[in-house]
Amino acid sequence: MDYPAEIAAQAGQKWAQDLEVWVDRRKPVCELRLSTSQILPDVARWLTTEAKLRFAGLIAEERSDKWEFRYLFYLEHQPGWVHVLFCPPLSEKAVPSISPAVYAADQHEREAEDLFGITFTGHPKLGDFVLHDDSWQEAVAPMRREFNQEAALAERVPREGWRPRTIVEAPGAFVMPVGPVYGGVTESAQFFLETVGEDVIRAIPRLFYKYRAMEKVAEGKTVDEALLLAERFAATTAFAHALAFSLAVEAVCRTRISPRAVGLRIFLAELERFRHHAGVIQEICESTGLSVAASQAAILEEDLLRLSGALTGHRYLFGLAVPGGLMRDFKGGECREAVEQAEKTLQGLDDLFEMLRFSSSFLDRLEGVGVISFQNGREQGLVGPLARASGIGGDLRKAQPYCGYERGQLDEVTETEGDGFARLRVLYREAEQAVRVMAQISTHLEAGDVLSQIALQRGAALGWAEAPRGATFHWVRLNPDGKIERYHVISPSFVNWHGFHSATENFAFQDFPIILATLGLSVTENDR
Amino acid sequence: MSQWVSKGIFTGIKSTRYPQADELAPGVSPGMPDPSGPLSEAQQQDLIARCPTGAIFLQDSRLAVNYRRCIHCFRCVRGTDSPLGWKKSYEWTGLSSDARPPEWPKAFRRSLHIRIVDAGDCGACLNEVKHLANPYYNLHRLGFFFTPSPRKADILMVVGPVTDQMRRPLHEVYEAMPTPKLVMAIGEGALSGGVFGPSFVTSAGVRDVLPVDVEIPGYPPPPLAILHGLLVAAGRKPPASMVAEQPDLAQVNR
Repeated sequence: MDYPAEIAAQAGQKWAQDLEVWVDRRKPVCELRLSTSQILPDVARWLTTEAKLRFAGLIAEERSDKWEFRYLFYLEHQPGWVHVLFCPPLSEKAVPSISPAVYAADQHEREAEDLFGITFTGHPKLGDFVLHDDSWQEAVAPMRREFNQEAALAERVPREGWRPRTIVEAPGAFVMPVGPVYGGVTESAQFFLETVGEDVIRAIPRLFYKYRAMEKVAEGKTVDEALLLAERFAATTAFAHALAFSLAVEAVCRTRISPRAVGLRIFLAELERFRHHAGVIQEICESTGLSVAASQAAILEEDLLRLSGALTGHRYLFGLAVPGGLMRDFKGGECREAVEQAEKTLQGLDDLFEMLRFSSSFLDRLEGVGVISFQNGREQGLVGPLARASGIGGDLRKAQPYCGYERGQLDEVTETEGDGFARLRVLYREAEQAVRVMAQISTHLEAGDVLSQIALQRGAALGWAEAPRGATFHWVRLNPDGKIERYHVISPSFVNWHGFHSATENFAFQDFPIILATLGLSVTENDR
Repeated sequence: MSQWVSKGIFTGIKSTRYPQADELAPGVSPGMPDPSGPLSEAQQQDLIARCPTGAIFLQDSRLAVNYRRCIHCFRCVRGTDSPLGWKKSYEWTGLSSDARPPEWPKAFRRSLHIRIVDAGDCGACLNEVKHLANPYYNLHRLGFFFTPSPRKADILMVVGPVTDQMRRPLHEVYEAMPTPKLVMAIGEGALSGGVFGPSFVTSAGVRDVLPVDVEIPGYPPPPLAILHGLLVAAGRKPPASMVAEQPDLAQVNR
């Protein structure tokens, strides 16, 4: 049972009374439209356990006359999507939670509750997520249409004396708060380390200090303006997000992209992946205190930033991906030259690895540290290199190929241990793979334009890409004027922070920075 | 362990010669738009319309670029038949209008300690700040050091437009620093709110929250631009103008 239509047919039989099936055969997408919320948890459970689909995320939308809750599921081994749709009237205040059945939905529901003021009944932990309780009162719902952006600041009633919920109840147990501003050059996030002395028993992150309401800001903007937000909310992986946004707009407007633009997009996406992975490797070396290795890796990362800058004009690949293709063309020679330099940098990284894997002081600090088991990672719905280090597949380039990846033969890189060293090895192998793909593309570029005309029209679509940190999904709805009506991003870091607490159980305090570095999570990509 | 020592030695010196000499390696800076080329009035109007942040504007009927608003979207040079010029520079730092020079340069002439606060940054500015410590830029050779403690810091670097929930932590860091102290706003986000602010959750840059002394434009400013900013803060380099103007042709021809 894998083709989505087959799944839809079975679901249609199973819940014939309460569910309407709609299949789009051109794109392998089917929608299950529920008429009652009662069966929602059962349908979600059935899709993830019996039909073996992966949960991608929840998109909440306030349409003109009703709510639209869209639960996204996708197949892991062949193209195919199932959208579960539930559209109650706007007067509805509560929806049954699916997280007891599908744990991966947990933080998606928390986000929707905080931003839309909808309660998910049966959810164990709502409130104080995106909007902190010591900064905003409950019942502020900024994503609602009625929310007045100007008045919001005037009516603040923050709850003073907010305390984190603690779990450990041992004699002498205490909570050690770290952040939001802490040592070195770090992103702002807070961690509550529950400890009884030497060892930390649990670590609970508190995020969204950097919440910039990117999705609210995008509403009513033109596609060109929103593209700037998509590119800049997580600038270290700017190209992947700009690409996913562009793919969504192109899907709404049914735009065809020239083969040359498709090839160059893959080239740039893999260049970004390579640079990002080199950056994470650098941070891992830095966290273990091996200063020569950290410096060597920093040289290599800077080399790649310079390579990106020299090739495209911007060190973080801004101003390239746009709906319709790319904003500028590259000569074949430029690409081949970039590949040569990238290969040199890769050689440098490989030399470094040969030294690292014989340095016991380095290995001791990575092996068996911050382990995420296959079972846990699977339940939390983790994505990206982090998940692949625990043996969890689902690389979108292979599972749901987009933008030309369907033509390539990409082997998914996986490891099984799920510890820090496994994550380092996945990063290395993916970096090698990225350079291989770049080399392949640079010799097979087709001639032609890189930018196609795009005729904006109303509609909504999902765009997705395998960003360097994992699967990213961008939902874009355009109104009849071609402006953004709703923009929602499900980012890999948002999903993967959910797995943070299972990697941080019973560890020694000095391992904390190492675990953080090997997870390679971005706060800005989560906070949006 | 000896292999690491020899690896370090055989790598040789990588550090840039800046500020003694210009750094000319390709890809060190995204550069900035350069309005000095000849453009017809229609072309000027087209460029002004293309700029999403209003960085390109007319000043006394001459085209000018406000570096404080440029977000490196490249829309003034890509996808148009009459592109604006482009300048491969990185010395962009200027003094803010509420800078307090009487306290410096005397107090800031020697080694300086920096505390950085991420107040809603997109990740790029922070990554570029991190790279200041890499062997290529090696800010320690110029007497600058990062410190985790605000109590030891002379300079507060702020990246990001200052989100609502970071406002209080940012204030606490500022208050904890001893005087005299300097505030540096790094990147378009910290200067004006960038593409996100001002909105109901973000300010229009650091100046809404704290008095800013030194401003470094760029989205993100490359490490060399930040290095220039630090040298300006220490009074070892003169500040640059953050507005580039078309030269007055009437003056030139006279």
